Amino acid sequence: MVNLTLNGLEITVEKGTTLLEAAKFYGIEIPTLCYDEALSPYGACRLCLVEVSKPGGRSKLVSSCTYPAMEGLVVRTHSERVMKARRLLIELYLATCPSSKTIQDLASKYHVTKVRFTQKHEDCILCGLCVRMCEEQMQAKAIGFVNRGAERRISTPFDAKSDECRLCGGCIYICPACRLRCQGPNEESPVCNACLNLSPPCLDQYDDAMCYMDPCVACELKIQK
Amino acid sequence: MSLSGIKIKDQEDLNRLQNVLKKRRNDEECSVAICGGTGCHSSGSEKVREAFQRYLERNDPEGKIKLRLTGCQGLCERGPLVVIFPQEIFYQKVSVDDVEEIIEKTVLNGEILERLLFTDPISGEKYTYSREIPFLQKQKRLLLGNNRLIEPTSIMDYISLGGYGALAGALTKMTGEEIIQEISYALLRGRGGAGFPTGQKWKECYEAVSDEKYIICNADEGDPGAFMDRSLLEGNPHLVLEGLIIGGYAVGAGEGIVYVRAEYPIAVQNINNAIKQAEKLGLLGENILGSGFNFHVRVVTGAGAFVCGETSALVEAVYGRVGEPRQKPPHLAEQGYMNKPTVVNNVESLANVTVIIRDGAERYRQVGTEKSKGTKIFSLVGKVNNTGLVEVPLGMSLREIIFEIGGGVQGGKEFKAVQTGGPSGGCIPESLLDMPTDFDELASAGSMMGSGGMIVMDEDTCMVDIARYFLNFLKEESCGRCFSCREGISRMLEIVEDISRGRSSLEQLELLMELADVVQDSTMCGLGQTSANPVLSTIRYFKDEYLAHILEKRCPAGVCHDLISFSIDKDLCTGCGACAKKCPSKAIEGVIKQAHMINLQKCTKCGICFEICKFGAVQKS
Amino acid sequence: MEEKYQDEFEEFLKALENGEVTAEYDGKEISEAVCPANGSGKGDNNEENNSIVSLLQEIQKEHHYLPADVLKEVAEKRNIPLMDIYSVATFYKSFSLEPVGKHKIVCCSGTACHVRGGKKITGEISRLLKIKPGETSKDRLFSLETVSCLGACALAPLVVVDGEYCGNMATSRIESFLEERLPLQKE
Repeated sequence: MVNLTLNGLEITVEKGTTLLEAAKFYGIEIPTLCYDEALSPYGACRLCLVEVSKPGGRSKLVSSCTYPAMEGLVVRTHSERVMKARRLLIELYLATCPSSKTIQDLASKYHVTKVRFTQKHEDCILCGLCVRMCEEQMQAKAIGFVNRGAERRISTPFDAKSDECRLCGGCIYICPACRLRCQGPNEESPVCNACLNLSPPCLDQYDDAMCYMDPCVACELKIQK
Repeated sequence: MSLSGIKIKDQEDLNRLQNVLKKRRNDEECSVAICGGTGCHSSGSEKVREAFQRYLERNDPEGKIKLRLTGCQGLCERGPLVVIFPQEIFYQKVSVDDVEEIIEKTVLNGEILERLLFTDPISGEKYTYSREIPFLQKQKRLLLGNNRLIEPTSIMDYISLGGYGALAGALTKMTGEEIIQEISYALLRGRGGAGFPTGQKWKECYEAVSDEKYIICNADEGDPGAFMDRSLLEGNPHLVLEGLIIGGYAVGAGEGIVYVRAEYPIAVQNINNAIKQAEKLGLLGENILGSGFNFHVRVVTGAGAFVCGETSALVEAVYGRVGEPRQKPPHLAEQGYMNKPTVVNNVESLANVTVIIRDGAERYRQVGTEKSKGTKIFSLVGKVNNTGLVEVPLGMSLREIIFEIGGGVQGGKEFKAVQTGGPSGGCIPESLLDMPTDFDELASAGSMMGSGGMIVMDEDTCMVDIARYFLNFLKEESCGRCFSCREGISRMLEIVEDISRGRSSLEQLELLMELADVVQDSTMCGLGQTSANPVLSTIRYFKDEYLAHILEKRCPAGVCHDLISFSIDKDLCTGCGACAKKCPSKAIEGVIKQAHMINLQKCTKCGICFEICKFGAVQKS
Repeated sequence: MEEKYQDEFEEFLKALENGEVTAEYDGKEISEAVCPANGSGKGDNNEENNSIVSLLQEIQKEHHYLPADVLKEVAEKRNIPLMDIYSVATFYKSFSLEPVGKHKIVCCSGTACHVRGGKKITGEISRLLKIKPGETSKDRLFSLETVSCLGACALAPLVVVDGEYCGNMATSRIESFLEERLPLQKE
């Protein structure tokens, strides 16, 4: 067993548990886009960032889905530093792929109300869920990553219909960008301004604590996905 | 009789061989060392060597004059370089036609050929001997020094200078722990980038319990503007190999891997050759020098990806897979190649290991600053007079390196900045030039040591353009896995491009800095975490340039394409027509012997006219 | 065995001392040895060698690019998922999925070359050859590439034409330079 501090709480988890799993177990919600329980962690969406430090050491941001719980680690899931990064990343997601309801919901939850970047309309955020789904659950490896850097995309070999693909639809099922389409955004704003953008009066973000009144009235709105 | 029959069985044998070779070397009456480094090679050193060989075959059948094609000697721009021993007469820009005269006059009669001597670009002074030349005199060439004395393809040359003595000493007199202590005491810090203490890295791997361990030499030198690893592998591969074997022995690894860029074919060939030679002599393989230590080395060539310089990505690349970094922990010292403890060291670090074990840490510590010991090789390039590789004690000021060794800025222009650390580093302004160059000082100035690229920039370099250049580089070289790195860099580039086009605002500049902070903070590997440095450091020291682009829509250095225009000064134009002839878009109009004009509608701002005009009539604004 | 080595070593030392050994015993005879390819170290063309990069390097060496049908064949023969091969082939810059031209022109775009005007040179070459960086001309005569850094920064700006390093390039010189080396078609 490993002992660590999570948002000020002394907790104990089994060795090999990731920080994301630990937080989840203790009821603390960390947003993710590239994580799925049934697939290997990937650490690409960077939304599950948490601030970790060892006593006496400098703190850093790490992706909680890939970081193992370690003895004596101090973890903060919603510190100011985390929130700053997470908000800007959500803003970037919104600037890239505004038609995903998952992303719009995250924006409203994290009070991201404007986008300062040039608006793009991508269909894919390269979270890689479909690639892992295809490989790990369907044992097909019909799709994968192609190219690198800004040119990276998901495709089949030679961009042709793959012999491996059995048209199972697993990739579409798991996609956070196209699973739920957002009706918005309207023309003036990339932010949806619709269903969940109510800015509920919720106080769930502090350096060392968060709201444990789950579900509360404000949160119920968020849970109705 | 061939080399394959000869095995060096213990330290004593090696000593005897060293002595015989040393004696033979001392008996050499004179020798000619021709630089065969990439720089000199491209200026024709191979032809010069052939000419020497042809001439000597005819006129020196007994082989009294020894000819050596060496690795890079440093002063690349003056190539091909030829040094005549024992006097150390230094000739530069030697051509095939000079060969006969060099042998007849200089080698045989000691006569100096004035026209081939090195002339200091500033003082105009001529130097005869290499030890006098300020470029070389001010350096401390612990690692590169032997480059001009040996042929990289000859293990005997290396042994004749005491080569493999460090290995023999380590294997027979030291335990792995003692070697690690020695390296730690020498305060050796990794020469590939962040400057992590090598001793500590080795200790972690040494302490990991496993039946198998690996040591990898990272020769995937990808930093644009740096080529010291290439020079070491090409010029003195045994120095690196010896360090690798010592490292393998220290951490308890049975296999070493050299991961080298395929873009460096000579380096690949020379290190492969060095491995074969060492194997044949029994310096590699089973029971090395009778110590019972078994160690094998193989070479893996990269296929071209900057991100593979990151250690966890490098391990993936060694497997031959896509080189994506992974989150650490687990660190490589616990789980690396083949899921076994693995240590990755840079080429220059390993060369330093050989020197430390050979000379002892005590002696090594005499060079350098309090926290950074030893020397560092920098590739001094860009707008500087003496371009090439320089090896200096850590802690020497940037000013000394650039102005005394480098001979100052080209063409008498004004110095603006020096870029260190490649795409992960930053630009350092004039005001900080007296700073001692070591790992910590550079980091506190918002840059980093990186692998040692040092690119000098003058008044004609635009800092916004430099930020754009590096972002563009990183946009292509990022693996693209982390959203914050992939999208963050693209978006930073987007903003910087807008600035360079004069289409930005102060709010966008703020956003750029905010984004840079987040990218730095939220990305998984070193590439992303440092990708904001070029942007942040240029904003920090050259904000006025950014403001000129944003507020005045002006590029002070006259680089940013959208903010400049060319015109012809009527009074200065002689109407020679040279520019009109060369203009690719036929935008220059006029009658011969009369002042010409640029049709701005047709002008693509390529700048060829500006470059070609001998009268300074073409002006940039 | 040991003894035999020992005798040979003594013999060699003696020969060295007497100056009987010439340059060929300096260990140079091995310098011409073929460089082994990547791999498991257990043999180069070994069936166990499943490093995709080295397989692709071998294919590229033979065909000068990576033909799709060869990749598919290798995938099947070696039982490697085709997707993995395609990912690797598109990730590393030295691989080309398209046939390359007869003449390869590489422009270095390292930092040193950049500050000395490398970008303009690339632009000018691109204009002269009428292809963009990364492209091959329709007649398969030329391929133009840019490379992050060729490690010959002291010679900046640098252009490599068919393997020949040509340093200190200037935009005003580039046309005549290319004409000397390549069968350029005049307009």
